[in-house]
Amino acid sequence: MVARLLLQLFILLLFAPLPLGVINKTKALFAGRNGPPLLQPYYDLLRLWRKGFVFSRTTTWVFLAGPVVGLAVPLLAVQLIPFGGLSAPVSFEGDLILFVYLFALSRFFTAVAALDTGSSFEGMGAVREVTFSCLAEPTIFFALLVLARGADGLSLGALLGPHLAGQWQGEGGAALGLILVCLFVVLLVENSRIPFDDPNTHLELTMVHEVMVLDHSGPAFGMILYGAAMKLMVLSALLVRIALPLQTGSLILDLVLFLCGLFVLAVLIGVVESTMARLRLPRVPQVLVGTTLLSIFALVLVLR
Amino acid sequence: MTWLAVGILLIAVSGVPGLFTRRDAVAGERSAVLLLLTGCVSSTVGVILTLHTGAGRIDLAWALPAGRLVLQLDAISAAFILPLLLVVVAGSIYGLGYWSQRQHPESGRGLRLFYGLISGAMLLLLCARNSLLFLIAWETMALAGFFLITTEDRLPEVRRAGYIYLIATHTGTLALIGLFALLGGDVWPTAGSLGVAGSSALFLLGLFGFGMKAGLMPLHIWLPGAHAAAPSHASALLSGVMIKTGIYGLVRLTSFFAEIPPWWGWTLLLLGVISGILGVALALAQHDIKRLLAYHSVENIGIIAMGLGLALLGRSYGQPALVLLGLASCLLHVANHGLFKSLLFLSAGSVIHSVGSRDFSQFGGLLKSQRWTGLLFLGGAVAICGLPPFNGFISEWLLYLGGFQILQKSGSALYPALLLLPALALIGGLALACFVKVFGVTFLGSPRSAAASQAHEAPRRMLLPMALLLVACVWIGLVPTSLRPLLEAAVADWTGSSLTLPALAGSLAPLGWISLAGWVLIALLLLFGLWLRRCSTASPHNVETWGCGYRFPAPRMQYTASSFADSLVQLFRFGLWTDRHGGKVGGLFPPATQFSSHTPDAVLERLLAPAFAGLAWLFCWVRKLIQNGFCALYLLYIAVTLIVLLTLFAR
Amino acid sequence: MATLLLLTVILINFFTLGSARLVACIRAVAVQGALLALLPVVTHGVNGHSLLLGAGALLFKGLFIPWLLLRAIREVRIRREVEPFIGFVATLILGSLVTAGAFIFADFLPLAAEHHEGLYVPTALATMFSGFLLLITRRKAITQVLGYLVLENGIFIFAVLLSAALPLMVEAGVLLDLLVGIFVMGIVLNQISREFSTLNTERLTALKE
Repeated sequence: MVARLLLQLFILLLFAPLPLGVINKTKALFAGRNGPPLLQPYYDLLRLWRKGFVFSRTTTWVFLAGPVVGLAVPLLAVQLIPFGGLSAPVSFEGDLILFVYLFALSRFFTAVAALDTGSSFEGMGAVREVTFSCLAEPTIFFALLVLARGADGLSLGALLGPHLAGQWQGEGGAALGLILVCLFVVLLVENSRIPFDDPNTHLELTMVHEVMVLDHSGPAFGMILYGAAMKLMVLSALLVRIALPLQTGSLILDLVLFLCGLFVLAVLIGVVESTMARLRLPRVPQVLVGTTLLSIFALVLVLR
Repeated sequence: MTWLAVGILLIAVSGVPGLFTRRDAVAGERSAVLLLLTGCVSSTVGVILTLHTGAGRIDLAWALPAGRLVLQLDAISAAFILPLLLVVVAGSIYGLGYWSQRQHPESGRGLRLFYGLISGAMLLLLCARNSLLFLIAWETMALAGFFLITTEDRLPEVRRAGYIYLIATHTGTLALIGLFALLGGDVWPTAGSLGVAGSSALFLLGLFGFGMKAGLMPLHIWLPGAHAAAPSHASALLSGVMIKTGIYGLVRLTSFFAEIPPWWGWTLLLLGVISGILGVALALAQHDIKRLLAYHSVENIGIIAMGLGLALLGRSYGQPALVLLGLASCLLHVANHGLFKSLLFLSAGSVIHSVGSRDFSQFGGLLKSQRWTGLLFLGGAVAICGLPPFNGFISEWLLYLGGFQILQKSGSALYPALLLLPALALIGGLALACFVKVFGVTFLGSPRSAAASQAHEAPRRMLLPMALLLVACVWIGLVPTSLRPLLEAAVADWTGSSLTLPALAGSLAPLGWISLAGWVLIALLLLFGLWLRRCSTASPHNVETWGCGYRFPAPRMQYTASSFADSLVQLFRFGLWTDRHGGKVGGLFPPATQFSSHTPDAVLERLLAPAFAGLAWLFCWVRKLIQNGFCALYLLYIAVTLIVLLTLFAR
Repeated sequence: MATLLLLTVILINFFTLGSARLVACIRAVAVQGALLALLPVVTHGVNGHSLLLGAGALLFKGLFIPWLLLRAIREVRIRREVEPFIGFVATLILGSLVTAGAFIFADFLPLAAEHHEGLYVPTALATMFSGFLLLITRRKAITQVLGYLVLENGIFIFAVLLSAALPLMVEAGVLLDLLVGIFVMGIVLNQISREFSTLNTERLTALKE
């Protein structure tokens, strides 16, 4: 089991910044540019590692707690998720709740670290972040309920087990499709992508996540970027598993399939970011409530 | 059992010797704390001994009619008593520094008297098995609570809060008297022995009476005012323990019946969901820190009621897994909430003590001057949001697991109960938003007022109890398996012989994994944190906040509490009905304007107060009509009454 | 004989209800009291008990109290009553309705067998309610005192019915209470007229809060 654990961690640590590079490259190609190289996020992290810190005199130790928790949480959460055909290293009844709440913990400390600087911009970002995620939480639980309906256990490994392939072909397929859409929306919200937040904007009043980390510098900023990349990879793994429930039995083949799935998902995110504009802020709660209603509909479909 | 009885006595009279000391002497407060500590130690020893050796019971005759001195301890009572003892000890040591006799000569002795009295009364009612004894202890608790709330009775809002509390608690007691009159008997029935006949009336009366004390919506009207008005360690006791006696009453009442109609469970579940969501929405809209914490108590009582409702549904539909998980989560959340809510109230008290105000607009940047208070408050905030690795997560996790069990193991009749899962998720998200706001506005950023910039750390007498409570929270979060035997024994006591619980050790087994996850998380956090700290010591720490390059950031430019909560409050405006005044800015060079917003309690200020005012107007009008000064009409009333009486008794 | 007495009592009721002259009213009530003094003797035969009762009633109701009242109106110098609240005609109609009602109603009461035939109970009820009517509808306090007296006369008729069962002390108490009541009323009337220089009780409504 320890070997599985380490393998999962290794895959995560090695491949986490790659989806970010793919997304940026996709967006650049859509815009007719060549764009940054695929491995640019790795170069960014190395550059930040070599820089020094600068701290505001308003901040306290809580300011550093944000990046620390943001880095530690995905490392724990990844142990509960199956990567493609590989089963999850740690699996017990009810671990899906631990999964969701670990990310809530990281959100808490990110928001609190943002408020530590005493600037109104960071406060604004913290408000938006907690408001949007609080509306996205019920959707996640409805999706988990739909998944749990067909499974015979209550761990993420059991929910995302091999039976999903049969469910797609059977009558649960429509519900699974709806859930996939809802979880995609949740992925965009949690990772601050368009249409909920623009990661490339330089106007602070329009930012959500970027403005929360405005004052960080050096290795702490690197930790934040790395943590965000790992969070994107872990949540994408969930989606990829639901969309591609294939199990070939060979370790290497499963891993390659998983990475391909991640690649496709990253391209999809890039396409969505290129074709849509960011939503006006009052519209975001409406969209999120609509997503929740969609997931309720999926649950009703499955329960009938 | 005698240890427990001795402990109750010592705790109840702990404040009495202080009454005979002089106003400016410290001997009174020291003796009170000493007596209280001895009583609590004795009670703990009694509880542990009784739990290990089986049932202990005191059964004496009593001169009062329908009264009998019956005290018995079982696992359910123990689950309520153990956190009570810890909170009582913490509060009394805290009171040495917070409400010392030197600084409050006129109210200190009375406060300690009623503190001891209420603790003793609560201990007594948690092990009483006779209706009259229970009611006497209940009333003592209620009245002592009134005097605790109105400690600073020279302030009109404190008096008003006290009166509303008194009216509410006595209305509830009226329902309870009806309940016990209907129940009858010298000793309470054992678990699972009563039939269904007349049970609906008993349940409704109990729901009203106990729900009024617990603060279940819409019976919560007295909670926010009362907990805001009392001194902080008294608020901690009221919020952490006193409202749980209402839950104890409901748990004990429902344990009497062999068969439970399904509508009981549905009612409690619905009321729990409403209390949870509206409670936390109302908390978000507050700008007074103690009122905010009081509304969070309403929310947590909602979560506890959800757990109890789930357990009742499990008994009605024959699902032992639901019974175990629902009741375990209910009892564990009772203990958890007692611990972290007291911790939050005590640290809020420390803040109020040094800043001198309860309003968020006076706080800010307190983490620099109050490092330990801030750290302890952060621990309490993480616990109340239900985040791992603290104890709030464990009880919410049990409730979630119960909800998921509905999906996999039961029939379609229980599917509407699945809504409790997203409701709990929403409540958790809103609580997280609220506590980010509270911690951020109070402790982080720059000080918003002169008092906040000159704040000082609380004395060690106030920090030690808070640290004790945080250690308890962390312990439950990291080693939850130590509580498994107690919880399983409590569930067995609750169902009695009516439902045989198969070996459900499996249901609570994953707790071991969760504690492992907690330990690993803490280890990782410490590792990364210390490493980052070491790397960053050499860097400059005295630069101004970047804030997009604005050169002169001022404390007033920070987010205030109301602005932080504004977007969420707007989302819930159908339930909150906030008053907003001003804030309209127009023109190219607008003059100075003002903006204020205030969210009164929806049920109290928008429903009950206008209803009572209308009733009062109606009665005044009727009186003016009848009592109009005409002697002739008064005589006519006599003649008419005579005719009516004659007609009535003619046959 | 008893029937004749009781019918006369009812006629006096009507007279009092319809009359506006205060002196005549007082004299009528005096006569009513004197007639009622004969009632115990007629009903229960001549024995010490009934003679005592009759003598007491004659003394107080027939002589003493009317004398007090005549003195009171001489002091305040009023001789006529003003229009009652509902008018004289309406008062009379109401009085006759009440008397008829009392006669009909008396049949429904659970009485002992020997009392069903006689006129005692209907007359008592009718007198009581006529007294109430006087109390309620008249404006001057003196007439209200007269109404009270008529009311007490009605109760006295009931008492005569039951005097076999009522001990003497109770009857003495009843008569004494009557006396005390009249005394108090006299004093109060004096004070009212001295304070407000009017005995019109309508003005008392000004005192309400």
